[in-house]
Amino acid sequence: MSHDTLPRPHPRPPRPEKTGGDPTGPPPPRRRRHWTKRPNPLAGLGSLVWLVIVIIPIYAMLSASLTSQDKALSGNPLRPPTSPTLDNYNTVLNSGFGHLLSNTVIVAVAVVGIVLVLCVPLAYVAVRTRDRWSGLAFRVFLLGVAIPAQAVVVPLYLLIAKLDLYDSLLAVILPTAAFAMPVSVLVLVGTLRDVSEELYEAMALDGASPQRMLFQLAIPMARGGISTVVIYAALQAWNGFLFPLIFTQSDGPRVLTLGLFNYVSQFGVNIPALLASVVLSGIPIFVVYLVARRALVGGLMGVGGK
Amino acid sequence: MSAPTPTKTPAGSPAGENGTPGGSGGSGRPLKYRPSGAGKASTVGRPHAAWALPGVLFFAFFAVVPLGLAFYLSFTSWDGLGDPKLVGLDNWQKMFDDDRMVQSLWLTVLLTVVSWVFQTVISVLLGVWAAGRQRNRAVLSAIFFVPFLLSSTAIALLFYSLLDPNFGVIQKNILGSSNGAFLAIVFVGAWQFIPFHTLLYQGGARQIPEVLYQAASIDGAGRYRQFYSVTLPQLRNTMTTSTVLMVVGTLTYFETVLILTKGGPGTDTAILPYLMYEAGFKSYDFGYASAIASFLVVIATGLSLILVRLTGFGRMRSTREGM
Repeated sequence: MSHDTLPRPHPRPPRPEKTGGDPTGPPPPRRRRHWTKRPNPLAGLGSLVWLVIVIIPIYAMLSASLTSQDKALSGNPLRPPTSPTLDNYNTVLNSGFGHLLSNTVIVAVAVVGIVLVLCVPLAYVAVRTRDRWSGLAFRVFLLGVAIPAQAVVVPLYLLIAKLDLYDSLLAVILPTAAFAMPVSVLVLVGTLRDVSEELYEAMALDGASPQRMLFQLAIPMARGGISTVVIYAALQAWNGFLFPLIFTQSDGPRVLTLGLFNYVSQFGVNIPALLASVVLSGIPIFVVYLVARRALVGGLMGVGGK
Repeated sequence: MSAPTPTKTPAGSPAGENGTPGGSGGSGRPLKYRPSGAGKASTVGRPHAAWALPGVLFFAFFAVVPLGLAFYLSFTSWDGLGDPKLVGLDNWQKMFDDDRMVQSLWLTVLLTVVSWVFQTVISVLLGVWAAGRQRNRAVLSAIFFVPFLLSSTAIALLFYSLLDPNFGVIQKNILGSSNGAFLAIVFVGAWQFIPFHTLLYQGGARQIPEVLYQAASIDGAGRYRQFYSVTLPQLRNTMTTSTVLMVVGTLTYFETVLILTKGGPGTDTAILPYLMYEAGFKSYDFGYASAIASFLVVIATGLSLILVRLTGFGRMRSTREGM
């Protein structure tokens, strides 16, 4: 804040807590000055290094996706494109991108729905019911976090084939939802635990049933955890690769991640088109991020619990 | 807290009668004194455990039963057609004699450890830094998060393209050398997941009560001492969550390897999940694939259990204990 030294007429009154350049040795006398406000030059430098690491691949991707294929091979991808073109994006959009996208959206919505409908009552029981079985169920989910999806893919393949679901969107939706459940239950249990016993008692005094307590107390109080679960489950569905790879085959139920993977052979050496498909695949989530960054980031932070 | 008397009185109130559909029997002995927390338990309406059943059954059907089946299949020989044939310990025997398997196990352990160290160090530092409320930190954190918006498939494709020596930013064929390919996988994983773990640590660091830092500076602790003696211990639970997710995540790194290196050069980046995929869905040796899968489960569960035990996470202990 050193550039504020010149006495300029401020359009609004200067905020007093920012002007202080007081040394940060003893405990700050004013409550306003939070510890997290101290500058840290070394960390600032480190963060700039990380910024470069994050930005360069993204920049190279954007720049290359706007370059025509013949120019891409001769030029340096770090230089901005001399004659930017949207041809690569056209190529991708004409290769069934919309279909892949809508499949992925369907999968994500279905997974979120299943996870919420199953996990909210489950977590509510785990927190509110003290009986041997609910404790056991909770412990199963605690361990479920550690079951890698890879490990069950062979038997699931068998199961999906027996259920006659092979090569359908359901074959992707059902296992993806199941594997999003453990973390979702843990997050929800973490939030529901914080609803105080007194509130339940107050509702009980009014003669509320457990159902009413769930819908009028627990769910509204656990909004934070629920939004975390929505985001987490949607991302699991959005990013899922192994289940679509093994449980689907034809174009019909193909989702975005698998579509991208197929572009590798389809576009061959046309790397700019491949990168354009990567950019396009990121745009929907990027839009969500722009519109609802707080909700998205806050929700994901909730996976860490308290 | 009003502990002693109210344990009895609400049981006689109207709420006590229609509020316990489960009839857990607790109301039958109202004078029993329970420690706080568990106290008053039976006086308030509680959901029946059966509410959890749909979720439990669904998870059991798509995760627990297949897990059991995977163990069963690991004792069979099966090519996907016909019926699995029991062959005893053959697959497990073969697994421990297989040179590729030994190499793969070593690679998986190495990848997990290197990735954990690399990602944790950077995520903790960035996360604690991002927990500050300065404007510039907020802006940079928003940018740092962008890689996480791409799927791992997209990120693998991005680096597959950028590392292509004919095209690439780097003219050397990095993916052609064993060490280069291995480090590329570590880097790509870090590039993708550090934003998420940074976020976890940022959230964790923001929950540390300021009073701890005030106390520390009264005791004369400087910035680095505070980081070491206050911030890190307070991030214990966050670190457990982050580590479990990281370890299980790395043990299942699959699309990155499939797209970037296909396990190569040779078999030098063929980690366990990739080896399993090849055995099952390339060579159609589902019995052997299941043995590898079961082994993976044992490692993942074992590691998570150890982590949870070591850190006391299972007891859901609060870091605020004793304050």
